[in-house]
Amino acid sequence: MATYSNQRNAYGEALVELGRADQRVVALDADLCKSTMAVLFQDAFPDRYFEMGIAEANMMSTAAGLAVSGKIAFASSFAVFATGRAYDQIRQTISIGKLNVKICGSSCGLSDYGDGSTHQAIEDVAIMSAIPNMTVLTPVDATETRLAVRAAAGIQGPVYMRVNRNPVLDLLGKDETFQLGAYRVLRPGSDVLLLAHGVMVEKALAAATLLEKDGISAKVASVGTMKPFNYEGAAELARGMKGVVTVEEHSYIGGLAAAMAFALRRSSVPMDYVAVNDTFGESAHKPEDLQTAYGLTAENIVRKARSLVKNL
Amino acid sequence: MIDEARILEIRHLAARMRRDIILMVGVGQPGHVGGSCSSADIVAALYGHKMKHDPKNPKWAGRDRFLMSKGHAAIIQYAALAELGYFPISHLPTLKKYGSMLQGHPDIHKTPGIEANTGSLGQGLSISCGMALALRLDKQPNRVYCVLGDGELAEGQVWEAAMFASCKKLDNLVAIVDQNKLQAMGAVADRMNSNPLPEKWQAFGWQVLEINGHNVEEIVEALDQAETIKGRPTVIIAHTVKGRGFSFAEGNVAFHNGAMTQAQYELGLKEADAVLAEFDPAQMAEAR
Repeated sequence: MATYSNQRNAYGEALVELGRADQRVVALDADLCKSTMAVLFQDAFPDRYFEMGIAEANMMSTAAGLAVSGKIAFASSFAVFATGRAYDQIRQTISIGKLNVKICGSSCGLSDYGDGSTHQAIEDVAIMSAIPNMTVLTPVDATETRLAVRAAAGIQGPVYMRVNRNPVLDLLGKDETFQLGAYRVLRPGSDVLLLAHGVMVEKALAAATLLEKDGISAKVASVGTMKPFNYEGAAELARGMKGVVTVEEHSYIGGLAAAMAFALRRSSVPMDYVAVNDTFGESAHKPEDLQTAYGLTAENIVRKARSLVKNL
Repeated sequence: MIDEARILEIRHLAARMRRDIILMVGVGQPGHVGGSCSSADIVAALYGHKMKHDPKNPKWAGRDRFLMSKGHAAIIQYAALAELGYFPISHLPTLKKYGSMLQGHPDIHKTPGIEANTGSLGQGLSISCGMALALRLDKQPNRVYCVLGDGELAEGQVWEAAMFASCKKLDNLVAIVDQNKLQAMGAVADRMNSNPLPEKWQAFGWQVLEINGHNVEEIVEALDQAETIKGRPTVIIAHTVKGRGFSFAEGNVAFHNGAMTQAQYELGLKEADAVLAEFDPAQMAEAR
């Protein structure tokens, strides 16, 4: 029986565990802590939580000041504000300085379906990945979110991680570990590789089930590290396949589609992608309404995979 | 009260630092002479007197923190760091050369004594807030000194930080506004008027002190007074002259980031040497 858990709760809970184990851990949030679930850290360690008000730029630079003072600073907000509103602060002091600021972009992708385009982050991975020294993590479920928080604390330098607003399918067992750059093969297959991150992994798995009925064997793997992107590992996953389809709730520009195209630049394996086109989101009553509108569906993955495999 | 010998020592340090500016910037390469010279006496008073720090151990946990938020004035900080022994003075003329430890803007990884990368204006006070929070969290008595430009105050983030610092009662934080009244393209009052400063900072919950930023006694007194103010941060509004100390640069907006001609370079050294010659060498040796 499939179960679903919220990555935001996992973020808050993992942060508390981390804070218990390491006095250097501090957390900051810009008036969204009950949404990002940094509130759990605030409740557990009020002296190490800093409420920054609706001022993301000040939050990131303050996190930088804490980091140069030996703290491991976790700063959270909605993904669109964390990466957009505070881009310069992240670039100039945090990233050039390789500082231990860990940024959690909450409500990533189209997952803040109700609030519309201003609150949806379809380019966060692209802009964070473009910054030297930055690590970008895209945990697939709540368990991997916990692991990613711990991994982020252990990485020397800035880390950006994006988490979904809505419950996502539980995929990882309790004993799993997080290895930077490692892919998780969640379903073996021999005809086509479906490579996805975050909430779209569930869609890729659903597509694989549909493809099986068609006699097409799909391998499904999740990407937990968008940067440093494991290009060799991705090319290796694709080796011998008739095609690759990348799947992401993010713009095709500067995301997984672009990274995989780069990984396959000297490969003969053809690829296609399912992603948000070069367009902003909009409001909807359900996340599925947006995923359908933007083609982020199992059916669309199947269509692209079949086309590659059957060379249509 | 600070004794006169100490004042002389700070003034002598500032005079040496101004001479270093000329040597560093050299001939034909642009350099931020103006905003560096307006900050010179403030920076000399901090490094030469007020701050606890150890040039042989730049990361000493017991140090006070200095942040040049107007990062383009890094060269005056480089001069102070070199004069006080963080690195040899011979490094100064390598400023901005490829491979130099002295970058155009402060770099935490390249220059000992730099606390954070600044230069994208408006961010230093926020970084200082983070340092002040960390010191308080670690129960360290040290203080954070952040130098801002008056042109820089156009950046909205400064006021986010100003609100935050007073909200969190960061009384271990001192902001010093080097109010030299000129920015890159002209007069601050015309381009983007940040005045009136005292009223603005007061309204943001700060203790405001106003001084002549070239009078070392006034600078030191204000820094001492700031230490006695509890429950809120202090801002020292320092009235200064851009390019102070050099006839060709004083009040001249072209020297926000200007290149010196050979004649200006020589005049600069001459003017710096003339100031240094006013100090009694025997007295200076005794003071040290």
